[in-house]
Amino acid sequence: MSAKKKNICTIIALIALGVFLVIVEQTTTESSMMRSVLQLSAIYALAAVSMNLLNGFTGLFSLGHAGFMAIGAYVFAIITIPVSKKGNVYYLYGVNDILANVELQPVLALIIAGVVAAALAALIGAPVLRLKSDYFAIATLGFAEIVRIVVASSPLNTITNGSLGLKSIPGFGSFYFPFIVVVVCIAIIILLINSTYGRAFKAIREDEIAAEAMGINLASHKQMSFITSSFFAGISGALMAMYLGAITSTTFPITLTYNILLIVVIGGMGSVTGSIVAAFLVTFAKEWWLRFLDQEMIIGTFQVPFLRTGFRMVVFSIILMLVVLFWRKGLMGQKEFSWDGLVRTLKKIGGIFTGKNRKPSASEGGGASE
Amino acid sequence: MLKLVDLNVHYGGIHALRGVDMEIPDGKIISLIGANGAGKSTTLKAIIGLVAKSAGSVEFDGKDITKMDTINIVKSGIILCPEGRRVFPDLTVSENLLIGAYTRKDKDAIKKDKAWVYELFPRLLEREWQMAGTLSGGEQQMLAVGRALMGRPKLLMMDEPSLGLAPLIVKSIFEIIKEINRSGVNVLLIEQNAKAALEISDYAYVLETGKVVLQGPGKELIVNEKVRSAYLGEAKNK
Repeated sequence: MSAKKKNICTIIALIALGVFLVIVEQTTTESSMMRSVLQLSAIYALAAVSMNLLNGFTGLFSLGHAGFMAIGAYVFAIITIPVSKKGNVYYLYGVNDILANVELQPVLALIIAGVVAAALAALIGAPVLRLKSDYFAIATLGFAEIVRIVVASSPLNTITNGSLGLKSIPGFGSFYFPFIVVVVCIAIIILLINSTYGRAFKAIREDEIAAEAMGINLASHKQMSFITSSFFAGISGALMAMYLGAITSTTFPITLTYNILLIVVIGGMGSVTGSIVAAFLVTFAKEWWLRFLDQEMIIGTFQVPFLRTGFRMVVFSIILMLVVLFWRKGLMGQKEFSWDGLVRTLKKIGGIFTGKNRKPSASEGGGASE
Repeated sequence: MLKLVDLNVHYGGIHALRGVDMEIPDGKIISLIGANGAGKSTTLKAIIGLVAKSAGSVEFDGKDITKMDTINIVKSGIILCPEGRRVFPDLTVSENLLIGAYTRKDKDAIKKDKAWVYELFPRLLEREWQMAGTLSGGEQQMLAVGRALMGRPKLLMMDEPSLGLAPLIVKSIFEIIKEINRSGVNVLLIEQNAKAALEISDYAYVLETGKVVLQGPGKELIVNEKVRSAYLGEAKNK
C-alpha cells in the first residue's frame, strides 16, 4: 500500500471515529451506558498508554499507577470544587483557609494535577529508580499504598476531607471533553516515543549495558520516563475524578493498577495502539458486555452455577492468566497498528476460511483493529 | 592518543588488573591478546568507565579521563563495541544505528555517516527495517560495529568481534576493521583469535592474569616463541 493511500485511510478512519462519537452524542441520553462506558474507556486508554510508556517502552515494571492517579484526582478535586459547595463538602472538618476560595478552570486544574503527580514522581524517582525489576515493582506498589493511606489520614482532613472523600467535583460539561484531552495527551506521548528520547527508552529496555556504552544516561532517561508517565497518570486520575464526580481514597486501590496492567498486557507491552484498543475492549467487556456474569440466571428451572455478584472479576482474572500463559505478546506485541498489518491479518483470516493459506499463527498480531 | 598508567581494577576481593601500562599512538590498530580471564575485557570496561578503577590513570587526547563518567567519555570519542554484539533485538537496524549516534546532535552528518555505514556493510541496508534480533550472528556483528561507528569514534574499542562467527565472516570483519582504521579511526582490538588479530595490528600487548607480559609490533609477536606456544598453539608441532 502506498504512503498516500495509507494517509487517506488514516484520515477516513479518524473521521469515522469522530462521526461515530457525534452520532452517539446525538442519539443517546445523558445517562446512557454507551456514553459513560466510552468515556471511561478513553480515560483507561490514557492511563494504559502512560503506564505502557514506563512498563512497555522503558522496561521499568511499575505498579504505582493507581497512586499517581489518586494524586492527580485529589489535586484536581481540591482545586476545582466550587467555592459555593465547599462548606457542604467539608461539613465535618471544615476547609483549609488557603483552599477556601480556590476554584480553578478544569483545563488549568488538569495540568496542575499532572504537574503535582510528576513532581512527586521526581521526588521518589531518584531513590526508587536505582532498584531493578521486581524490587522496583514492589517499591512503586508500596508508594501507591502510601498515597492512599496518607490521603485518608486525619492530619489532612481539612484538605482531603479524610476518609469521607470529596464530592461535587465538576463534571466534563461537554460529552467530547475527555476524548479531546485523551487524544491530545496520547499524541504527545506518541511524539515522545518516536523522538530520540523514545529510541533511548527502548534501548534501555533492551540492554542497559549496551545503552550505557552508547552514551545514554540511564538515570536521567529512566527519571524522564517515570516523570512523564506519572504526569499523564495524574491527568487520567483527574479525568477519573471528573467522570465519577466523587472520590475517596478507596477509589484508587491496588486493583486499579492491575486493571490497567491487564489492559497493557492484553494490548501488548510496547504498543500504544494495542493499549488503546485493549482499553476499549476490556472496559466495554467489563462494564457492559460481561455484566450478565454478575447476575443470577435461571433457564427454566435450571439455575446456571457460579453466576453471582463478583464472578465477572473471576473471569477477568482467568483471562489475564490465560493471556500471560499462552499469548504473552497480547493483541499487538510491540508493533503498532498499520494498514499493511491490517491487510495481512485480513488475508490470514480469509485464508482460514478458504483454506488456501498455510497454517496461520495467532501470535503474529500485526493489525488487529477495533 | 590513549595512555594507561598503572591501571588497577578490583572486583570485590579479586584483583583483576594489576597495574596495566599501555599506550595507543595515533592512527594505529592495537590489539590486546590473552587467555580467558586475563583482564582484556576489564581493561576496555575500565577505560570507558563501566567498571571502577581502584588505582592508576587514563589519559586520552592529552586529557585525564580517569574520573569521567561513561557518558562524557563516549562524548569525548572513545566508543566500545561490546562483547557478544549486544545489539538491541527489538529495534530495527536503522534504529540501532541511530542509537549509536545518540550523543551527537548534528543531524546532517548523522545521515551521512549512516550512509557510510551502509556502504561498509551493504547487508545492513538490505535489512534496514528488520528487527536486529532477526539478523544472523555475522550481520549482528556488522550492526554492532556500524552502531559504534555512528558515534564518530576517535578510538574504537572492539571486544571479540569474531566471537562465534564463521571463518569467512571473520575474515571480512577483519578487512572492515582495516578499512575503518584507514579512514582515520584508531582501533583497540581484543581477540581470542590471536593470529588474525596480530596479522592486522601495528602493535600488540599480551595480557596474563591482569598484567602486560609481552608487547611488540604484531608481526614480531606472531613469530615469538612464547606467543606461538601459548596462543597460537603451534610450537609443539614444529
